[in-house]
Amino acid sequence: MDGTAAVWWRRLGFALVLVLLVAGPPYLPPFLLTLLTQTLIYAILAMGLDLILGYTGLSSLGHAAYLGLGAYSVGILATQYRAGFWTTLVVGILLATAVAAIFGLLALRATGVYFLMITLALGMVIWGLANRWVSLTRGDNGISSIPRPDLGLPWSFAAAVPYYYLVLAGFVVAFAVLRMIVRSPFGHTLVGIRESESRMRTLGYNVWLHKYIAFLISGGVGGFAGVLWCYYNSYVSPSDLDLAVSIEILLMVALGGRGTLFGATIGAAVIVLLKNLVSVYTQRWLLILGLVYVGTIRYAPEGIVGAVSDWAHWSRLRLLWRSS
Amino acid sequence: MEFWVTQLFNGVSYGALLFLLGGGLTLIFGMMRIVNMTHGSHYLLGCYVAVTVLTRTGSYVLAMLVAVAVIAGLGVIEWDRFLKGFRGQELAQVLTTMGLALIFQDLALLIWGGDPHNIRVPGLLSGRYQFGVFSFPVYRIFIIVVALAVAVILWLVVERTRIGAMMRAAVDDAEMARGIGINVSAISVGVFSLGAALAAVAGVVAGGFLSVYPGADFEILSYAFVVVIVGGMGSLKGALIGALLVGLLDNFGKALFPELSYFTLFAPMAAILAIRPTGLFGRV
Repeated sequence: MDGTAAVWWRRLGFALVLVLLVAGPPYLPPFLLTLLTQTLIYAILAMGLDLILGYTGLSSLGHAAYLGLGAYSVGILATQYRAGFWTTLVVGILLATAVAAIFGLLALRATGVYFLMITLALGMVIWGLANRWVSLTRGDNGISSIPRPDLGLPWSFAAAVPYYYLVLAGFVVAFAVLRMIVRSPFGHTLVGIRESESRMRTLGYNVWLHKYIAFLISGGVGGFAGVLWCYYNSYVSPSDLDLAVSIEILLMVALGGRGTLFGATIGAAVIVLLKNLVSVYTQRWLLILGLVYVGTIRYAPEGIVGAVSDWAHWSRLRLLWRSS
Repeated sequence: MEFWVTQLFNGVSYGALLFLLGGGLTLIFGMMRIVNMTHGSHYLLGCYVAVTVLTRTGSYVLAMLVAVAVIAGLGVIEWDRFLKGFRGQELAQVLTTMGLALIFQDLALLIWGGDPHNIRVPGLLSGRYQFGVFSFPVYRIFIIVVALAVAVILWLVVERTRIGAMMRAAVDDAEMARGIGINVSAISVGVFSLGAALAAVAGVVAGGFLSVYPGADFEILSYAFVVVIVGGMGSLKGALIGALLVGLLDNFGKALFPELSYFTLFAPMAAILAIRPTGLFGRV
């Protein structure tokens, strides 16, 4: 198979998936629709993280904070101020981006494992506020009965299927924007920084600024996912942004395959499916989730996408060898 | 006045517990640059093992010893089977130890159930100690004494013994240390297991005045991280001061500003990081 054919096959695959995502849901059982909606929201978050983790090489251990900032923007504004969808959307994304702007200043002074620890610490600051600033966030109880958004369109988003389409639209927008970013010269520079920071610096790139902007975008995308997540659940609580969630997002990206937006989406799908399906069949789902963590790192360090492309590569080589 | 003295004392004794946890975590971190998410599990499992031994035999000392031995052994297995190969790959370490932590939590739930467990304190350590107009629980004094003893022993070992010198050499430059014939992997497994054992001590001690339940592992883990981050990753002195600071901040924060109590804990941490990204006593 030569290069252009492979590209066409991939495009065909994408188109097919998109058609299924658009046409399928009205016929899906409610439980599967729930899983699909959750997958798409987490996929937005995971793709945002992948921009800094996979493309730039920065492992953030506090990414759930941005989900939380978006979600709490909705929770507080929609219940206490009766704000509409567009207001909460803009505030959620801006708040997450603004906090990322502050946190980025602190975190980007460190690299490697220190970066990991600082992002973890900063994530806990937000978690702590969500937990204890009771007058604003209602603490442990969380904010409940948040109404589904009304966009002034002729149909309501209260039901599962219309809301799914809203999330799908959000996913497509996030995917398109991130894809544009990673394919731009800016995105290529990020990959260059991941591969060799010193080389990029020597070539005259402002490494810090590139990382900082990527960090901001990543936070903003997280806020966007948080807005959708909060409307989806009609509820937000501190457990939406605790450390375990931050690590789960890391796992999604690592499991799917770092450095590909498609991989982050696959990873999100697998983890959401696993968490929900396994807990239906057995009480030991934490054990199984733990085994997935350990197994992923051991047996698929490059993730599912990496393993598949490896396999494709080898089988192509084998074909070549046989035909010669 | 009494309020302040009591809060101060409570803060210091909680800080002592946090030092037991943070000391082990910072050693592991300094030595191996590993972000160890199983540290909370070692605390949880240490307490549970002690509970089991205590109900079977009634001996507090035996419970402590068995818990420490079991968790130290567990640390050796974890290091040998899962972590040895991931030197320098922080993402792999975080995800692997997180996976192990989830597995441990679920196994603990399976074996010991979901109810909170306490450790019955021996008679010698219960009761209160009268000091002028103030009275302090003997058990909390005991925690402070244990933490101080551990701090002194660790300091002596790291600064004054041959093994400690090898440890410091391996921290500073593992490759050179290997080059001059120091068995760095043996030291690594030793430090990891020592860190696990310290977490177990903390778990047993904590069982005497806090309840320990599935979920307490991650709760205490975030405190231990704060201690290590504030004090400086890899520094024992930093862990001691960080633990005291966190213990006091947490206590006074909860007592004075309950609305913002986590914030009073995490905000100073963020401030310290803003000024010194490596923590108070950390080196780059």
